[in-house]
Amino acid sequence: MAWNKEKAAVIIEANRHLDGPALPVLRALHEAFGYLPEETTAQVAQALNLSRAEIHGVITFYHDFRREPAGLTSLKLCRAEACQAMGSEALATEVSQKLGTSWHGTTRDGRVTLEPVFCLGLCSVAPAALVGTELVGRADWPRLQQALAKCDH
Amino acid sequence: MRPLTCTDMSKPTRIYLPADSAALALGAEDLAEAIAAEALRLGKLIEIIRTGSRGMHWLEPLVEIATPTGRIGYGPVGVADVTGLFAVDWLQAEKHPLCIGKVEEHEFLRRQDRWTFARCGIVDPLSWSDFIAHGGGQGLAWARAQGAAATLAAVTASGLRGRGGAGFPAGIKWRTVHDTASDIKYVVCNADEGDSGTFADRMLMEGDPFALLEGMAICALAVGARKGFIYIRSEYPRAITVLEGALSVAREHGLLRDCEIELRIGAGAYVCGEETALLESLEGKRGQVRAKPPLPAHHGLFGKPTVVNNVLTLATVPALLTRGAEAYAALGSGKSRGTIPIQLAGNIRHGGLFEVPFGISLRELIDEVGGGTATGRPVRAVQVGGPLGAYFPRALFDTAFDYEAFTAREGLVGHGGIVVFDDRVDMRRQARFAMEFCAAESCGKCTPCRVGSVRGMEVIDKIVSGRDIDENLVLLEDLCNTLRLGSLCALGGFVPFPVLSALRYFPQDFRR
Repeated sequence: MAWNKEKAAVIIEANRHLDGPALPVLRALHEAFGYLPEETTAQVAQALNLSRAEIHGVITFYHDFRREPAGLTSLKLCRAEACQAMGSEALATEVSQKLGTSWHGTTRDGRVTLEPVFCLGLCSVAPAALVGTELVGRADWPRLQQALAKCDH
Repeated sequence: MRPLTCTDMSKPTRIYLPADSAALALGAEDLAEAIAAEALRLGKLIEIIRTGSRGMHWLEPLVEIATPTGRIGYGPVGVADVTGLFAVDWLQAEKHPLCIGKVEEHEFLRRQDRWTFARCGIVDPLSWSDFIAHGGGQGLAWARAQGAAATLAAVTASGLRGRGGAGFPAGIKWRTVHDTASDIKYVVCNADEGDSGTFADRMLMEGDPFALLEGMAICALAVGARKGFIYIRSEYPRAITVLEGALSVAREHGLLRDCEIELRIGAGAYVCGEETALLESLEGKRGQVRAKPPLPAHHGLFGKPTVVNNVLTLATVPALLTRGAEAYAALGSGKSRGTIPIQLAGNIRHGGLFEVPFGISLRELIDEVGGGTATGRPVRAVQVGGPLGAYFPRALFDTAFDYEAFTAREGLVGHGGIVVFDDRVDMRRQARFAMEFCAAESCGKCTPCRVGSVRGMEVIDKIVSGRDIDENLVLLEDLCNTLRLGSLCALGGFVPFPVLSALRYFPQDFRR
């Protein structure tokens, strides 16, 4: 969904009653729009009666929050130790070559954004990936391609 | 997950298939559809029940068929195997190369003593009747009948220590919160399991979420809290879905009668697994570590007395109240009482979850239980306790799994994860990664961690490029000591463990 101030206001309103609402509000906005554009900061700050500096601080602290729109599907490859032990670094190199993009980059057709993740809890079936909402264990390029194809439907 | 039920008059054969992330990542969902389709085609009546995982991940997806004499397992089953399995009539438990026999009698399970994970992989995680039929709810019933004082005494007597990594006695923490006067108190479950090589929290939340909710309800009763939070990491989407379902079922059945529990999702910051950073994050702020004291037990969430316990700590409490605190305390070694869910991960043949009393040796875990590496090459190093845990060589494999035994060898039990590496590992690279990870995940509050980790990467890069190796090795050790002694929390304080252990036990890797 493209960024929309009115829709954002509805989402903020639905979450502002929570204790310590800033993170749940930002998470909900991120989930709805896929990223948090610059104008989020002022709007959330005003609604929650916090300073823009505080909201900016929260947004920039957490790795999950993107500041730019991403591709249609996010391909998260685990880079942590258990996956390293099963060759995840070589897989990452292969995947970025095949996709023609590096970490946090999006393919030219806008289909896939390649993102690092540190542990999906699939350390016994490494290397692991999360393609859209699909978990992939013992990942290799053919299996990742299959998962990506599923996301296109 | 779609449960498939046949409504015919005759009784369908029950088929158990995990919907645990590890099984899903290996195709369990497609498999469920293939089994249902083939059964329909053949006119066989089946009921597929989605469970958590037994923890034998090399056998996932592990399919179990209910028979009058017990559950018979087949694994790992792929979609391509389904036609053949029906052809040999697996519903009558006929022989097939994928058959592992009675699941309960599998050696990997027989060697274990499951307290925390007693129901995981057996029950439908969202079925209240399964939960009750397998002893669920008895711990809370005991606590409600005996009262707060008896509950605190039992948790203390059990010797249960925080399973998140710090190993702090749960009974003392609970008592401190109980004894601190306040109108509002909180129970916070730390489900921000971010250590690589660990997945026990995830498995428990996906396979037996009611155990955690029951543990939290008992804790709330014991300390006098009326509100609880589960702070779960965003990297666990399946666990989040299961917990959301479990919360509504638990509410319906009165499990949360005296304590409302709210689920909060993190946003990808490893440091939020540190309890004070987690509290800051729950308050909606940057996940920056707080200086201690004051302890969270005195001054925690929103300034109120707060118990912060890991998933496994809380989920173990119902079992020890039900089966007896003394029986739990009788297990273990030294000051590490009870059982520990150990996670076998990385380059290992038989990876998965293995719950046993403390005291088992690394050698037994890796060579016998784990069956060596998945690649078939020699084991060179293991990292125990996550990204901040030490790398141990084979020479230290006699170390017993026990908090004190690991501390004595400058290592960590941590959250009980073991990551195995074969002989192709470059320990210089692993040391650099530890610093890189610390730099990326540092909350930035204290200088040793924020700046030291970046300097650490730079120094290792100089060593890699062959520049003044001796001087830079001295500098690296010195820097590690600064981090160890000067950091506010375990992130900067423990990152020297992997770095220095790599240096000490694999010095040849640093002089290539």
